[in-house]
Amino acid sequence: MAIINTPNGFTLDTSGQRYVVDPITRIEGHMRIETNIDSDNIIRNAVSTGTMWRGLEVILKGRDPRDAWAFVQRICGVCTGTHALTSVRAVEDAVGIDIPENANSIRNIMQLSLQIHDHLVHFYHLHALDWVNPINAMKADPKATSALQQKISPHHPMSSPGYFRDVQTRVRKFLESGQLGPFKNGYWTNPAYKLPPEADLMALTHYLEALDFQKEIMTTRTIFGGKDTHPNWLVGGVPCAINIDGDLAAGAPINMERLNYVQGVVDRTITFIDNVYIPDILAIGSFYKTWLYGGGISGKSVLAYGDIPDKANDYSASNLMMPQGAIINGDLTKVHPIDLRDPEEIQEFAPHSWYKYEDDSKGLHPWDGTTVPNYDLGPNFKGTKTNIINLDENARYSWVKAPRWKGHAMEVGPLARYVVGYVQGHEEWTEQIKFVLKTLDLPVEALFSTLGRTAARAMEAQWAAHKQKYFLEKLIRTIKNGDSSTANMEKVDPKTWPSEIKGVGFSEAPRGALGHWIKIKNTRIDNYQCVVPSTWNASPRDNEGNIGAFEASLMNTKVERPEEPVEILRNIHSFDPCMACSTHVMSEEGEEIVSVKVR
Amino acid sequence: MTTQPRVLVLGIGNLLWADEGFGVRTVEEFHRLYEVPENVRLLDGGTQGVYLVQDVREADILVVFDAVDYHLTPGAMKLIEGEDVPKFLGVKKISLHQTGFQEVLAMAEMMGDAPEHLYLIGVQPVELDDFGGGLRPEIKAQIVPAITEAIKYLKNLGIVVTKRSEPLRREDTIGCNIMSSALYESERPDEALACRIGDERLLRDENWQPPQDIDKEIDGLLSDTSLEKK
Repeated sequence: MAIINTPNGFTLDTSGQRYVVDPITRIEGHMRIETNIDSDNIIRNAVSTGTMWRGLEVILKGRDPRDAWAFVQRICGVCTGTHALTSVRAVEDAVGIDIPENANSIRNIMQLSLQIHDHLVHFYHLHALDWVNPINAMKADPKATSALQQKISPHHPMSSPGYFRDVQTRVRKFLESGQLGPFKNGYWTNPAYKLPPEADLMALTHYLEALDFQKEIMTTRTIFGGKDTHPNWLVGGVPCAINIDGDLAAGAPINMERLNYVQGVVDRTITFIDNVYIPDILAIGSFYKTWLYGGGISGKSVLAYGDIPDKANDYSASNLMMPQGAIINGDLTKVHPIDLRDPEEIQEFAPHSWYKYEDDSKGLHPWDGTTVPNYDLGPNFKGTKTNIINLDENARYSWVKAPRWKGHAMEVGPLARYVVGYVQGHEEWTEQIKFVLKTLDLPVEALFSTLGRTAARAMEAQWAAHKQKYFLEKLIRTIKNGDSSTANMEKVDPKTWPSEIKGVGFSEAPRGALGHWIKIKNTRIDNYQCVVPSTWNASPRDNEGNIGAFEASLMNTKVERPEEPVEILRNIHSFDPCMACSTHVMSEEGEEIVSVKVR
Repeated sequence: MTTQPRVLVLGIGNLLWADEGFGVRTVEEFHRLYEVPENVRLLDGGTQGVYLVQDVREADILVVFDAVDYHLTPGAMKLIEGEDVPKFLGVKKISLHQTGFQEVLAMAEMMGDAPEHLYLIGVQPVELDDFGGGLRPEIKAQIVPAITEAIKYLKNLGIVVTKRSEPLRREDTIGCNIMSSALYESERPDEALACRIGDERLLRDENWQPPQDIDKEIDGLLSDTSLEKK
């Protein structure tokens, strides 16, 4: 049967049984995976498709560029602030607005807060159940669980046998009431789950502890952004004023009391990550350290835009605390500089996407990007247009476009960032990577795996919590030195703008590199294009046949039971996909049940 | 004096998605028109999903405004109380956040902190496949009646809210100025410029049939415990 060698080094074989997983659960939005699995249960071909369509860019046309942040933060529920930040940066870049140092510190604290919040919730509430079996946890001995807890994290106070017994009783009662709630759609008898019951109970307990703790992280963003749960943003700075000795009242400026509160949240976040999140990753990792599937293109081609500018308004690589650069062709000795404005670097292709392009063999730089739907499944798909049985990956098969950097399919996200940082010699990150690898007794190549992706996210959360402290201290220092300005409104009035301008804003969203490209004509939005992290990772094939990061991560993965897609979910979830913004929001009827279909 | 119960009035949904914005618009309007005592919190939940767990756990009384698909006449209001609420949120999933919110309630219950009183004020949407659109007139017309129902429910539980002598200025409400209905709708690009519809698989489901007897179907769904076990 058909065997295809892709230019980026994968051998696709479609002769095996076709399995369809639709939808992929525990993600934002909708997506579908089709795979061909051979007689040894190895995935030999993978097809990733975004199954929703959104017209976000087009609904911004003609609007006031200063308002775009409020729209983009409503795309979905999980990266609200990151989209807003990227949007105000794009407008500031177009107009040439410099923001005050305090605004930079506050934005960094908010962005880091979102990173930590997203990573924590992603690991415990969306991804952990790919590794942890809550039903198996019911068999655990609370005493042995307590001993395990004290061994892996001696400083965590909640570790008594009675505590674990209570949790076990509470969850058992919940399960016995017949509502599996978050644990439905699980494959709890699958041998892919490898933890002993005590480790399962410990992790399940931390699932609940993280649920309890996560809200506190949000308060930081509410304090600086004003409104709960959708903070305000501002082109030119941040919308909160500072009066360090002022009273504490609703709507009053930020004062010392509030900054002290944020300091408390940051300290408790560091403690939680150090005592719970990191030890859990190491403990769970130790049981899965031979399961090193899912690396995909993470050891070959990774991309990071960088973020967290130390000094305000300097977005050059040397000033960004999260590193910037590209690694290609598996050459781990070289980080290539990137330029988001260069029309030859970042381009979106659509030969396999449901969009109309003038020339399918060419990519478009986002400033020249178009979003014209063209739902055409080609002549060889199976089923009907409203009920697809099998997609044809040789035709158009996704609402996601295929972004490429100088023609290369790239992985983005925490692992991509950590790989770029490691190769660049980012000191703090290298130290963290070495510690994790040494504890698990694994070589550096082990990073290029689903487990490595999951570990990178935890390391990044830890790093981000410490960096919040850095910027909070910087903010307080600047204010005490007499500078309390938070916004520069000098050029914000559109009357002062040239008739045609364009700009780009970028950031590192929790799930990877995010860019917004804006063109402004006569003070109104003429074109707006977002290239979001999950577009990079979930991308379909391009005109040369390169597969994207999701598809690559599934290749050559062994599955225990093809009809129970635990391993597929594990690999895909490790990217923290957010299909709500990489594709397009649309309604869907019916129950959210994974249907796995054998074709 | 006994401690006051903690009340959360929550609007959920996606503002960018026509009638899906009903919940958020209603809670904004509630805040604009009424003054509430300290133990009552009004919150724009958007599509925040899991992030709302803590807010729900802290509440003794939870009132939710939402656009929910019951296959009723478009624009009809449906009031659901108590333990039926999570089941209803899961009956027909019409948006991203609903599965999320059903799970939020399950998580709160697992933590032993489910709200004691639960009230869902749902409205049957007229139009969802209109990306970037605002509320349809029939849905907009249900905002004030929905608020009235919430007030009535709270009053029966001894919670009294007061009408403001002057409605709040937009910038002082919990809503975002930029997303105010007037601005959101008047600045909308025209249809030729901005495609408003979506994937036709979802737009035209040939298999969909309106229910013969809605009450019977809902009773059936509520008694069907296998729904939860799937």
